[in-house]
Amino acid sequence: MRELAPTPGQTVGPFFGYALPYAGGSDLVPTSHPGAIRLHGTVYDGAGEPIPDALIEIWQADENGTVPRAPGSRSRDGWTFTGFGRVAVDPVGHYSFTTVRPGPTEAGRAPFFAVTVFARGLLHRLLTRAYLPLDAAVTDPFLSSLPEDRRSTLMARPDEQGLVFDIRLQGDHETVFLSYGDA
Amino acid sequence: MFPPSGSARKSALAERGYGRSVTEKQQPSAPVTDPDSASASQVDINAEIAAIAKGYDPETAPETQPRLDYAPYRSSLLRHPTKALQHADPETIERYTPVFGQRDIGAAEADLTIQAGGEPVGERIVVTGRVLDGEGRPVRHQLVEIWQANAAGRYIHLRDQHPAPIDPNFTGVGRTITDGDGRYTFTTIKPGPYPWKNHHNAWRPAHIHFSLFGTDFTQRLVTQMYFPGDPLFALDPIYQSVLDPVARDRLVATYDHDVTQHEWATGYRWDIVLTGSHPTPTEEN
Repeated sequence: MRELAPTPGQTVGPFFGYALPYAGGSDLVPTSHPGAIRLHGTVYDGAGEPIPDALIEIWQADENGTVPRAPGSRSRDGWTFTGFGRVAVDPVGHYSFTTVRPGPTEAGRAPFFAVTVFARGLLHRLLTRAYLPLDAAVTDPFLSSLPEDRRSTLMARPDEQGLVFDIRLQGDHETVFLSYGDA
Repeated sequence: MFPPSGSARKSALAERGYGRSVTEKQQPSAPVTDPDSASASQVDINAEIAAIAKGYDPETAPETQPRLDYAPYRSSLLRHPTKALQHADPETIERYTPVFGQRDIGAAEADLTIQAGGEPVGERIVVTGRVLDGEGRPVRHQLVEIWQANAAGRYIHLRDQHPAPIDPNFTGVGRTITDGDGRYTFTTIKPGPYPWKNHHNAWRPAHIHFSLFGTDFTQRLVTQMYFPGDPLFALDPIYQSVLDPVARDRLVATYDHDVTQHEWATGYRWDIVLTGSHPTPTEEN
């Protein structure tokens, strides 16, 4: 069948704050969950300044590497892991999720959080991955294909509460953003 | 009840930190990046838009998405990646997408005209269409979210402080779940155009923001739907950031008299095509 041309993206603009974020959006699990960790970081522009009007989404497998198939990300019941989170950054560009570490979905691949970035000034969403610190036993083919200075932008680093993943839209340590063969 | 005059409001906003420069660390030679500086004229912006359009060659390098690096939209200057997107093969998690259902939305959220105590002011419209993948298959039972300005061009958002009235009966936020045919339908009010501070006397064409999920997380899309024949199209750097005129036109809804409802609302149709075709193991569900 002939491919239909995609509808273009447009910027999320400055006024999404009352529409897209929702109560509980950042809490994929309660902080009381035994495996709860914090995934957080700061979104920076090309001048190294934090971006105060970005929106971050994550989508992930559960701790066992199972892909969640249950609804309820917008109305969490506190018990069902739905795998999706959405949060607006704060006035200093910082975002924070409470979640669990995604397990590997298949052998030989490093687990990651799928991450989507939206912001005023960003004309089309950006897709990236926040990888867990690597298990020495795994040689991930995608990560191995990247030069070290680029690969490092995809690696979440551990801190006391969990993982830190900063996002740089532009500049020397610009985050690797992904395309999947589509426009 | 009316907001203070423009100048009084501007000084009040300056005290609250609005409109403060973000360019202090810029090199002197760098272009203006303060989104609120409004230093260029519309003529300047038109010339920049025209120069970039002139360099676009749809034959050898067709484009279907906006340029991320699009200087006429000043806020993009420091917010676009300078390195090419890295190709990746989608992995398991990316070949699925979050599941949303009726429990994720409120019962009346597809009708933006009944969310408050009274009727919002403006031109009542119905907007409907289908969410499809690149092979024309419907994206079934998936979340669609919209947000928009009111009939006067004002958003319920602290950052929107231009002197147009807030409508107490209109929040401008809607959600729905597509049906088994991928169809969504919203009842709302036609949004007004509104001024912004990209350049002097900058006005956005009337639009409704849409947020969409596909069957794969890689299909995630946030975009804007415009109305046919808007005189502001040629002047708007966000709309013009899609250089291909055919691709750009995909952002514009069609007036459809079959959607229009007798003595109730005019109707617009807008289908949305997400990138690619992505059969997933969830299809048998």
